[in-house]
Amino acid sequence: MYSEKVMDHFTNPRNVGEIENPDGVGTVGNAKCGDIMRMYLDIDENGVIQEARFKTFGCGAAVATSSMATELVKGKTVEEALQVTNKAVLEALDGLPPVKVHCSLLAEEAIHAALWDYAKRHHIEIEGLEKPVNDIGEKEEAVEEDY
Amino acid sequence: MNQPIYLDNAATTRVYPEVVDAMSPYFTEYFGNPSSVYSFAGKAKEAVDKARAILAKGIHARPEEIYFTAGGSESDNWALKAAAEAYGDKGKHIITSKIEHHAILHTCEYLEKKGYEITYLDVDEKGSIDLEGLKRAIRPDTILVSVMTANNEIGTIEPIEQIGAITREHSILFHTDAVQAFGHIPMDVDAMNIDMLSASAHKINGPKGVGFLYIRKGVKIRSFIHGGAQERQRRAGTLNVPGIAGFGKAAQLAFDHMEEHAAYEVKLRDHLIEKVLEEIPYSRLNGERHKRLPGNANFCFRFIEGESMLIWLDRQGICASSGSACTSGSLDPSHVLLAIGLPHEIAHGSLRLTLSHENTKEEIDYTVKQLKGIIERLRNMSPLWEDFVKNGDA
Repeated sequence: MYSEKVMDHFTNPRNVGEIENPDGVGTVGNAKCGDIMRMYLDIDENGVIQEARFKTFGCGAAVATSSMATELVKGKTVEEALQVTNKAVLEALDGLPPVKVHCSLLAEEAIHAALWDYAKRHHIEIEGLEKPVNDIGEKEEAVEEDY
Repeated sequence: MNQPIYLDNAATTRVYPEVVDAMSPYFTEYFGNPSSVYSFAGKAKEAVDKARAILAKGIHARPEEIYFTAGGSESDNWALKAAAEAYGDKGKHIITSKIEHHAILHTCEYLEKKGYEITYLDVDEKGSIDLEGLKRAIRPDTILVSVMTANNEIGTIEPIEQIGAITREHSILFHTDAVQAFGHIPMDVDAMNIDMLSASAHKINGPKGVGFLYIRKGVKIRSFIHGGAQERQRRAGTLNVPGIAGFGKAAQLAFDHMEEHAAYEVKLRDHLIEKVLEEIPYSRLNGERHKRLPGNANFCFRFIEGESMLIWLDRQGICASSGSACTSGSLDPSHVLLAIGLPHEIAHGSLRLTLSHENTKEEIDYTVKQLKGIIERLRNMSPLWEDFVKNGDA
């Protein structure tokens, strides 16, 4: 059901992990729906994304879109990264099954959430950037204790 | 490993070669229509009669109470829709459970649109329905209770005999979807007071596309498929003679070896359950520990999502499923796991492994070993795991 590119990014995800002291980090999604993406960005003084890493809880498509999103924003300026839309992620992966297209939207939102955090931390305003709807930032839904 | 390790026997099973052998003459040699008059068709009719007798005997029914269908879903649809119609004058209330197969649940939703009222019984944390809850749900206008014999996802065996006693006491029809149980655990429609029972061939090493509905004599439900006079005028359509012959053969084998196969599967299943719970942290078994189908094991692994696990298992040559095969295209977590009280995020990390007597201990050990690595890998990329480790709250 998945393209070869999706399978490649699922089985060999690029840039998995965390960044210590990141310039921006954003978490989007909802454990209820089964997808949570967290993106870490390392951005230099010129506003160029030096490093992008991710952690994702979700299906094959969620992992693959996160992986592709980090690849697409690396080396780009903040403004250029804003142009990495869900469509760009979809195209780069040779498409997704219709029920999984929302994963690419989540990847776009993960980028935006990390950039939003970057702007907040550095007290700057990024033109055209809005706080993503699914930004769950710090307030992670606690997983049930009595397990 | 060329042949995959098949651990999805609740989805479907391998057709035994001897079942195929029992079927093939009715494709090529005795291909006659059993409804025809000439003697050539007699062989086909004999095959159908023979299968009917085997199936009836296996559930302690009479041959004329077995009606062949195209499978479990048709049997479920027929039982519910036709009973609702036939007994609609008496009342429009039906009781079922929250953990039924969608062949029942979606039929109930359809009936709701037609003006019927459905009570969906809760289940406890192991997936068993509460008999007191059933008694409380019964009303003067209740016409039918439909509760599955054993759950297709978590394997829990329901208290069918007790349910049958309650429905009999209140003179309410009792239907059970026995698709997962038939041929795997003993069934007796008289001892259990079952009025209608759905079963399917492909869950017991028979062919796909054939099943039956048992209808107790005296239950007045009518035809669901209209047309010819087949099946005592209650189910039109030329009989699927090869399929029925195969169903009969598969059922005979299942009944003959039931105890032996169940004992083997239980041993293998318990080994699997113990190994998983012991070796994989933050895992849990869903469903009853013992009162479950012999081959069924269902787990949840925290901090990861089921589909990722399935893709990785597939790459290691292991066929498994997350919920039921019928809902794997859906994004929602299993309605069964939600009904037993699991939160969404945990229900998303479910894995169902359903064994047959053809699986080996080596296959199980290999599977657990692979599973362990896969879960570790997925947790390492999970933000939920990251938060859990950082916050250190175990």
